[in-house]
Amino acid sequence: MATSPTTIGRNFPVVNFLENGHGVTKLYGRLFLMPGLWTLIAIIIFPLFFTIALSFSNWSVANAGFDWVGGRNWSAMTENGRFWSSMVRLLPFAFLTVVIQYVLGFAIAMFSWKGIASGRFFRVLWLIPMMTTPVVMSVVWKSIFQETVGPVNFVLTALGVSPIAWLSSSTPAMFAIIVAEVWQWTPFMFLLLLAGLLSLPKEPFLAASIDGAGPVRTFFKVTLPMMAPVSIGAIIIRLIEASKIFDTIYAMTIGGPGSSTESPSYYIYITGLRNFDLANGATLSLTYLIFFIIVLTVIAQVLGRLAKPKGS
Amino acid sequence: MFQSRKMRAGLGLFAVATASAFVLGACAGGGGGGAAGPEAGVKEGVGPGYVVDYSKYGADYAGTVTVVDTPGPCSWEEMSEKDYSGQTLRILAHVPPNMGEPANLHAEQFGEITGATIEVNNVSFGDLFAEQQRTFQTGVNAYDVIFGGSHWIGDFQEHYATVPDEYVNNTEISENTDLVKSIAKWNGETKLYKIDADRHYLKYRTDVYNDPEAQAAYKEATGNDLAVPTTWTEYNSHASFFADLYQTGTWAPVNQPDGVDFYGSVEIMARDNLMFSAFISRVGPYAKHPDVKGGFWFDENLVPQVNNPGFVQGLTDFVEAVDFVPPGYSSFGLAEEITSFGKGEGLLSYTWDDAMVQANQADSPIRTSVSAAVLPGAEKVWNRTTGEWDTPEGGVNYAPYISWGWTSAVTAASPSQKMAFDYLCFFGNKANHTIDMTIGRFGVNPGRVGDFELDFWTDTVGWDQAAASTFIDTMLAYEENTNRVFDLRVPGNGEFYSAMANGVAEALAGQKSPQEALDDVAVEWEAIIERIGRDTIAEAYEAGIRLEDNLD
Repeated sequence: MATSPTTIGRNFPVVNFLENGHGVTKLYGRLFLMPGLWTLIAIIIFPLFFTIALSFSNWSVANAGFDWVGGRNWSAMTENGRFWSSMVRLLPFAFLTVVIQYVLGFAIAMFSWKGIASGRFFRVLWLIPMMTTPVVMSVVWKSIFQETVGPVNFVLTALGVSPIAWLSSSTPAMFAIIVAEVWQWTPFMFLLLLAGLLSLPKEPFLAASIDGAGPVRTFFKVTLPMMAPVSIGAIIIRLIEASKIFDTIYAMTIGGPGSSTESPSYYIYITGLRNFDLANGATLSLTYLIFFIIVLTVIAQVLGRLAKPKGS
Repeated sequence: MFQSRKMRAGLGLFAVATASAFVLGACAGGGGGGAAGPEAGVKEGVGPGYVVDYSKYGADYAGTVTVVDTPGPCSWEEMSEKDYSGQTLRILAHVPPNMGEPANLHAEQFGEITGATIEVNNVSFGDLFAEQQRTFQTGVNAYDVIFGGSHWIGDFQEHYATVPDEYVNNTEISENTDLVKSIAKWNGETKLYKIDADRHYLKYRTDVYNDPEAQAAYKEATGNDLAVPTTWTEYNSHASFFADLYQTGTWAPVNQPDGVDFYGSVEIMARDNLMFSAFISRVGPYAKHPDVKGGFWFDENLVPQVNNPGFVQGLTDFVEAVDFVPPGYSSFGLAEEITSFGKGEGLLSYTWDDAMVQANQADSPIRTSVSAAVLPGAEKVWNRTTGEWDTPEGGVNYAPYISWGWTSAVTAASPSQKMAFDYLCFFGNKANHTIDMTIGRFGVNPGRVGDFELDFWTDTVGWDQAAASTFIDTMLAYEENTNRVFDLRVPGNGEFYSAMANGVAEALAGQKSPQEALDDVAVEWEAIIERIGRDTIAEAYEAGIRLEDNLD
């Protein structure tokens, strides 16, 4: 027997909808989506749109609120030499640190995979730098590179080499930060690569061995290609993290000497949170976000193509 | 435009959260702080003739002077008769020791004798401004008492409660010198509760300047007599010469502590750590013309003067100093300056009293070898109205920098204003103020008429006669000087100074020439003016000019 549909407001077919099994499934499906959707809106969508709105406003230390100023902040961003200098500075820094971390991380992973350091004790030992608090370790590294009483200059002096102004000369300061970053984050690379190595199938290695391939040939022809997907993932993750570098710079050089180690994150922090120029800070943040989405997408594509086996 | 206060507060919070999330992911900040509830036992002992002795608050205070409580409305005795139990006092303060330590200590004491529960949030200097801004813009009303720089008055004065007359008339404020009182005012109203008075002055090593061997060496090398520097040119010349002489290994200051290296000058050069103030001291006498009224920082049309030849000359001198300061100049902040000069590393230093007090403390290795003088001047001064350098009357133009100084204030939105003002009044009572002045790391410096009595510094504090008398003479000279440099007290002070500090840091690092660096700063200042509003800045700067031109 057909029932006449109950209506709510403007003929909303409640009964038919509920009686229809497909409709119930759909409703449940949507309801179950809600928590995730609302979380997404609360922590991603709203802040993102709010930041976009901020970038078109004049919200600053003296003007709390949305006084719309059109594209003024975006125009100012294009002429902001300090910001673009920090972006230019960041690119080689991020690539260099990640490349060193990858090479070292891979070497340690190989060492811990089948070498004498494959025991659990050594594997945990390699992870210690990553488990320490970055800002604390940055202070430790700052002390190590301290120019009058730090151990690095002490050793150099003992060897008859003139002390180096590690933190008050541009290039040495950048070097010191790279060392601290590599020390802290190589274990992360090691962890991912070791997990990749442990998951590799044994057959290709067996075949290579039967074919008479030595360790070097096996590494370049078997291990490295098979590790390509894991390597790309690890490199991209580290590039994202390295491009956001903040705490190491904050603790070691506060962006100096001059502005020679200032990263975009640190400059945006000064603009947005220290000077309280939220509108400009938002504009710079979005620029930074867009720029690195593009750069990292290109890098991922390039690495993906390079890693593809020939002929496939 | 959002109108609702709640909406604004919510948006402000979201703005901060958004910026944090999108910009940094995770970043380090100040932090710290804690809460202290009242403890029984202390209040009972407080009464007439109570001896204030900090040593009961830990080993750090062993050996500090003890003082008998002075009767009055802010005294230990009177304050102990108040009952604030069940109430919470929320304080925003700098990290210890500089101003943070006395804020925490007096908060603990205040809680003990009044029963108030105390919450102190200690943040780094760089975050102190932003934390205030956050609480005011978002309307969260997080603090009753705020410590900060008096140069932020232009940004925050509307959020500060006017100090009630009953406190203004207390000796804790009424005995402040005229200079200190004027800094606490905004358009005639006392908005700041000054617990500190600050100016930059010169500190020098008497065991070098009085050393015949050093005098002869300098005379032989330069043809000039060695005397306490009266200009920045002489300052750099002395610092450079004696740093080099020490490096030869043939000479050392008479009282140089063992194992401590010696350098020409100890200066604050860390970009985001008060370096701006050292730069202003170096610039002042070149750019503050005694006969040019109406603006040191801007001209009458609000054109930034930060890149005029006077500023450029000051920066050029500052850049020269990189060659004779201790290694690691770019991380030398105030704490490093105090420690370094206090342990005997420098011939010369300037900025605040702290290094002077530290150098004269009982445990200082150079205790009898440091004296004070007014900041060096300049043998020429830029005249922005004629666009030419002028030769000053008497040969030297002095323009000492009355550098901001710590202050405190009670927030206008505080529900506990009475308790908050009582806390500040207690903080600065005669006994506490007297002891605080003798602890260098506290950052509490003399600013009351009674603070400049020679006997106090020699007999009670135990300073050397020469150190004490030169110190007092210098302080009193600043009261008389009419060509003083004050901070840029306008909204956005933090932005202006941040841009200036970055330009100066780039010049110090050799990334740009002084002229290029300051030209870029001027461009940035123009942009800040446009962002904040030309009229807003101009109106606020009018109040600043009143200080600069001695109109109040």
